Amino acid sequence: MNVQAASLPRCFRHEALLLVLLAAALLSLAWQSDRFLTADNLLNQARLMTEVSLIAIGMTFVIVSGGIDLSVGSIFGLVAISMGVLWQSCGLPLPLAMFLAIAAGGMAGWLNGFVVTRFGVPSLIATLATLILYRGLAEGISQGRSVRGYPEWFLQLAQGDLFWAPHQFWLLTTCAVVATLILGWTTFGRATYAIGANETATWFSGIDTRCTKVWIYTASGLLSAMAAVIFVSRVSTTRSDMGTGMELEAITAVVLGGTSIFGGRGTVVGTVLGLALIQALKNGLSLAGVKSDGVIVVIGLVLIFTSIISNLCSHDEGRS
Amino acid sequence: MTSSTERQAPDVGTCTVSDATPGAHGRNETTLRRAGIREQFGRWRQQFVLVGTIATLFIVVGTINPMFLSGSNITNIFASNAYIAIAAIGMSLIIICGHIDVSVGALIGVLAMVSGWLAVEEYPTWLAWVAPVVIGVIVNAFIGTLVAYGRIPSIIVTLGMLSILKGGLISVTGGAWLSNLPPDFLIAQFQLFGVPSTVWFMVALTLATAVWMHWSFLGRAFYAVGSNAEAAQIVGIQTAPTVVMAFAIHGGFAGVATVLFATQMQVIQATVPVNLELAIIASAVVGGVSILGGRGLVVGATLAAILFATINSSLIFLDVSAYWLRATQAVLILGAVLADIASRRKVR
Repeated sequence: MNVQAASLPRCFRHEALLLVLLAAALLSLAWQSDRFLTADNLLNQARLMTEVSLIAIGMTFVIVSGGIDLSVGSIFGLVAISMGVLWQSCGLPLPLAMFLAIAAGGMAGWLNGFVVTRFGVPSLIATLATLILYRGLAEGISQGRSVRGYPEWFLQLAQGDLFWAPHQFWLLTTCAVVATLILGWTTFGRATYAIGANETATWFSGIDTRCTKVWIYTASGLLSAMAAVIFVSRVSTTRSDMGTGMELEAITAVVLGGTSIFGGRGTVVGTVLGLALIQALKNGLSLAGVKSDGVIVVIGLVLIFTSIISNLCSHDEGRS
Repeated sequence: MTSSTERQAPDVGTCTVSDATPGAHGRNETTLRRAGIREQFGRWRQQFVLVGTIATLFIVVGTINPMFLSGSNITNIFASNAYIAIAAIGMSLIIICGHIDVSVGALIGVLAMVSGWLAVEEYPTWLAWVAPVVIGVIVNAFIGTLVAYGRIPSIIVTLGMLSILKGGLISVTGGAWLSNLPPDFLIAQFQLFGVPSTVWFMVALTLATAVWMHWSFLGRAFYAVGSNAEAAQIVGIQTAPTVVMAFAIHGGFAGVATVLFATQMQVIQATVPVNLELAIIASAVVGGVSILGGRGLVVGATLAAILFATINSSLIFLDVSAYWLRATQAVLILGAVLADIASRRKVR
């Protein structure tokens, strides 16, 4: 279709730029520290980046559809604490608590979509309000306590290996491939692009834009919920302030990956490249002795410079 | 009703047809005048709603717990969120221009450290007060330049700046607090006629900006650029410098807010309250500034900041558990936003 023909080459140009950046970062970091470019270290990075990556994949759909979801970090915290409290205080079996907590995350995402589509509230405002709401609920549920003492099988979920790679590596690869297929090659994915490009026109073309958007926000909530469960399993404790600021990390990765903040343009592949670049910088710089706060500065600089270069490269930029 | 501007399409939450042009063709004068009055009312409606909500809260909570109406508590309500109100004025300008700034919280953190450091190192006190404002203007003019001339969406530039400022602050200070601030530096604790200086700043800046936004060329240009940048360009407004100016002024307001925030207590921390930028954006938006740009009044932003402070104080006086405080606030904010959107549709 038209959208595809127009958008794909442009996207790939940005992704090529990212690949060059990533290769440059990998080479220079490998030169800095001989521990960086080892299979063990790189696979371990997959373990560390999975939570943000899952959220960023959901965020890609949201941003491509022209919206934004600021509440993902709060959903993350809400799901983590709900699972802990349902299991420890309410005495439910842990698998059931996991299921219910993830369902709660889906509900939270659905509520975002409902408010955005039924009331016509701009997504920035709606999810800003629910960001505060879900974090508040998490605080209320936790009553300031943390939950610890998870059983060993649960901790193995995110700390164990399958074949030669961490569980998260397989999960992340599966999710990325499935999301790429959905966004690029299904009616749902093409509808997402169409909504981001022109929502009214999409409605008149006979696509149920509301239904599609509700699904997108629900999926974003579900992915945040999954990320929360994995995170709890990895760090083996639960607090209500988990995931604070995660929304900005995810948005940074998505935007770095070349997704237009105005919607209608972007790919999951780009997001994954953006995530890989951020994680390489984090890990490589910390191995080179830079503190984590210095790394944040570098990520900010990379985000701004990539946008500038990407703008200079695209000749047909007309929107402001 | 202004039916000729009513869209036939299902409401998809984008592009509101401008209130200012109620379809001039085929109208007699009375309808036009009535539409004008309705428009005037519509513009101030948000302010009435906010004042009404604040008054209702005062009456209801005051009846339940008379301590709520004590002089010191009322002063506290007005003083505690004054710096948020002042930052929200600047944020309103940005949002009216059709942009957003998520880095303001981090900027306030950096400027507070600069200001406190100047005061502790015994530079002149006036310098410690003026420096944050000047630096705020410079930093945000830079952001504005990237947005206006570099054509990068403001949310991306400010996301990047958020990382740079936040990470830079912790890297440079190592997370240390500043204490031993000289007493004559603590401007937020000064009083004039028994009212804290922060309240005077808030009232004066709000009124001055409101008047300036309504009657100055630049003020009108902000609205024009925010509602339709191309049209503004065609009628002779230079959009790029206008956007840079909006960011620069916003930086100045952030500087003033910083001074009031930093001098509230005897120490300055290397971290700012979590989600400070969101509180500031929420004030502007609940105050009636349309996130789509081109609409809203700065008075609303200040009133919304006062409303948030009133809600916080009410919940404490009503003995709401501290753990449920934020959830309750959020429900109220969400309710306010939904009620506003619903009523705006009816009026339209």
